[in-house]
Amino acid sequence: MSVPAFVSLCAQGDSWSRVLLLEDYNTRLVVIATTLLGLAAGVVGSFTLLRKRALLGDALSHATLPGIGLAFLFAPSLGLDGKSLPVLLVGAAISGSVGMTIILVIRNLTKLKEDTALGIVLSVFFGGGLALLGFAQQMPEGHAAGLESFIYGKTASIIAQDAWWILTAGTLSLGLLSVFYKELKLLCFDEGFASSRGYPTVGLDLVLMVTVVLVTIVGLQAVGLILMIALLVIPAAAAGFWTGNMLRMAVLSAVIGGVSCMVGSVLSALSPGLPSGAMIVLTSALFFLVSMLIGRQRGVIVQAWRRWRTRRRIDRRHVLRGIYELLEMQPTSFVSDETSQAAAGKWVSAAALLSSRTWSARRMFGEVQRLRNEGLLRAREKELSLTASGLVEARRLTREHRLWELYLITHADVAAERVDRDAERIEDCLEPVMIDELETLLHEARGGSGVPVSPHGIESTINVARTS
Amino acid sequence: MTLIAATTWLWELDGWIIAAGVLCAVASSLVGNFLVLRRMSMLGDAVSHAVLPGLAAAFLITGSRQSLPMFVGAAIVGVLTALLTQWIRNFGKVDEGASMGVVFTTLFALGLVMIVQAADTVDLDPGCVLYGAIEFTPLDTLMVGNFDIPRVVVVLGIVTIINLLFVMLFYKELKLTSFDPVLADTMGLPSAWVHYGLMTLVAITAVASFESVGNILVVAMMVVPAAAASMLTDRLPMLILISACIGAASAVLGHLTAIAVPGWFGFGSTSTAGMMALTAGLLFSLVVVFSPKSGLLFNFARRQQLAFSILGEDVLAYVYRYEEKDEPQAITRKRMQKKLIASSTATSIVLAWYRWRGMLLQRGDQYGLSESGRASAALLVRSHRLWEQYLVDQAGVATDRIHGQAERLEHFTGRKFRDELERQTAYPSSDPHGRPIPAEGVNPDRVNPERAIAEGSASNEHGLEKPTS
Repeated sequence: MSVPAFVSLCAQGDSWSRVLLLEDYNTRLVVIATTLLGLAAGVVGSFTLLRKRALLGDALSHATLPGIGLAFLFAPSLGLDGKSLPVLLVGAAISGSVGMTIILVIRNLTKLKEDTALGIVLSVFFGGGLALLGFAQQMPEGHAAGLESFIYGKTASIIAQDAWWILTAGTLSLGLLSVFYKELKLLCFDEGFASSRGYPTVGLDLVLMVTVVLVTIVGLQAVGLILMIALLVIPAAAAGFWTGNMLRMAVLSAVIGGVSCMVGSVLSALSPGLPSGAMIVLTSALFFLVSMLIGRQRGVIVQAWRRWRTRRRIDRRHVLRGIYELLEMQPTSFVSDETSQAAAGKWVSAAALLSSRTWSARRMFGEVQRLRNEGLLRAREKELSLTASGLVEARRLTREHRLWELYLITHADVAAERVDRDAERIEDCLEPVMIDELETLLHEARGGSGVPVSPHGIESTINVARTS
Repeated sequence: MTLIAATTWLWELDGWIIAAGVLCAVASSLVGNFLVLRRMSMLGDAVSHAVLPGLAAAFLITGSRQSLPMFVGAAIVGVLTALLTQWIRNFGKVDEGASMGVVFTTLFALGLVMIVQAADTVDLDPGCVLYGAIEFTPLDTLMVGNFDIPRVVVVLGIVTIINLLFVMLFYKELKLTSFDPVLADTMGLPSAWVHYGLMTLVAITAVASFESVGNILVVAMMVVPAAAASMLTDRLPMLILISACIGAASAVLGHLTAIAVPGWFGFGSTSTAGMMALTAGLLFSLVVVFSPKSGLLFNFARRQQLAFSILGEDVLAYVYRYEEKDEPQAITRKRMQKKLIASSTATSIVLAWYRWRGMLLQRGDQYGLSESGRASAALLVRSHRLWEQYLVDQAGVATDRIHGQAERLEHFTGRKFRDELERQTAYPSSDPHGRPIPAEGVNPDRVNPERAIAEGSASNEHGLEKPTS
């Protein structure tokens, strides 16, 4: 190893440890402030996400601009400094709140939808803000430049005051959310029910919006528009893949938000070429991607696995019942006696099974192969037969199917030609208790294994399956 | 106009600026209608933020700031934004807005990192590369034939024509897939392709607009005119036409106000794009308040009018019932108010109205029916009692529960309907409570024919609860 490379590695190691131990005052501040913001925005975001208003933060961030312009224009006449942070914050909060109110008005009093209300407030307020800044730039007091940076943020130059603002706003909104937790939860999951129970839904919506305003406004000037939107949306959306429980989702979302901010800003401190806001967004996007893939509740892989398993279970039923029904149709007198094993080992043609319903040969033979491995099925050239245990299983499945068909005919007045399809939908969900119930209702021997005669011609269902 | 004349107005400058604004507004509102119908209004905003990596990549690959590669790069990423949003929504079952938010913030961050990484070698300022300003429209011109036309106007003109052609050619498909995607699928329409086509055009329109006239204009014009138009009409062709007109009008008015209004306060002109968006917002709020179809004002007036006429009918029927009973009690305003649960103002107005029409007579603080008033009230009471009879007879409702329902239905029952009720209940002479049912009077139908129940959904339109019988 050459000497310069070694030196640079040492230097790098040194900077690593400096960053990771938060030795630099500036790094420490950025990490702490953004992490606090990530925590708060994560919690607030999970509520807005469930309220199907994920882009509320987007609309709100844009809606603060006219307030900033007005604060700057009118502060001097009140004897205040137009560029002092509290003045701008108040201006932003006021115009943000007006924007939120207009969203509620449009949504509740006209036929327009949520997303349209957001889009209108976002664009009109931002346009108004641009026009006001056009005035502000011509103020005799001058130096309006940099006002836009209020909403575009300045992550790298966060000061201690920002961190305190974030802490205060975050604590306030957390307090509000926990006081109204139960009501907000009801509002998020079932607005109609909440209003029928007499909860003031508009008031609760306002509470939720106030928390969004609080967090967004302190966040905006610290970290900027895009990062603020991302922190309100991405961690909550990621948490949604893991749990359907509101409280757990809020906590998880806060953790994801906080960790993304920490990791993102540390990464950015390690390399000068990586802007911290962008790194935070990318880190949380990575969390989102991973959650979307492997999330335990609604992740893509879990969903695909569940779908696959259901399909397997249904195919298994179809193959076994299909063979059993083919056996029934064989001219050599089929013994329907429940104890008889005569049918086991009798061969049916695979082609007949394939044409008995609309499925691909690949799908059917895949299932046949699995059943052979289970020892329920035997196969020879172009023919299939049930083993003794396969016959028992096929008999049980056919029996369940026909019990339900009989139930539909006798108790639900469904026409005999239509019951086959209805029974196929439900048979997979029949619990043993339900089977007992059906037996009692239909006066079948409880716990017996006799298969009732199909209430409709088997031939006809095969034809239906073929034509449909 | 004197205010505008005071500032400098040059057709070769302001004319082109307005032309660019109008073209942007029309192009955006053409596709914007379908975004609003599909509940994707925020897509314009998302695309205008998300295209950053496309611009950065185009710049890094070609090494120049020519507009064509930039445009292509941005358009590709714009389409990608729409696709990714839909992909996340479908596979992850995430709500539309959230998936949009995830996609566009991530893409923006990616673009920012690309730009900062490249900044070591080249100078690329996102602010100045990305967003054009409409005020600079006349500066960059192209020769088209013998005319010197601003490049922006040419580009936006082409985009407008493309959007117009798309909407005209795929009108049927767009209409069906926007209103009833399931039906469109069962009819075998290529709804997915129509959707992707629309998304591509949204991306192209957004990119073309924001690199020439600024992003806020296109975001506003995709949503606001379409939303305003949907308050005025329910028919799609009118929706498209009206939204394009509103968009164009706000572009023209926006530029005029950007020049004129600041002058009133002693300032020079302000941001044109901002004022255009703001004007669109003002037009929208005018429409929301004054729209004859579903405006707040007219809805309120309609509801008030209905409330008053129902209260009036209740007053007449109340007096009729008292006179019928030969009750010695005096019929005063106070008692009516209490019985009908109405405010004193509303009751006074209604009483004054019927006295003016000569249907009520007043003696001291007591009221009685005139001849015409009695005829009117008799019809209402007849409706009420026929309904009660019908509910008990035909619908099998318990006698103690029929009054409330009959009370609601009586106001929406016309002559024909009463005759039918009478026929169905075998011409009764008294109601289930044993009170006589007045005969159909010599007067023709005095119940407001507009509200006759034959109009079907009338009761719903006026925001009343649907009778549950």
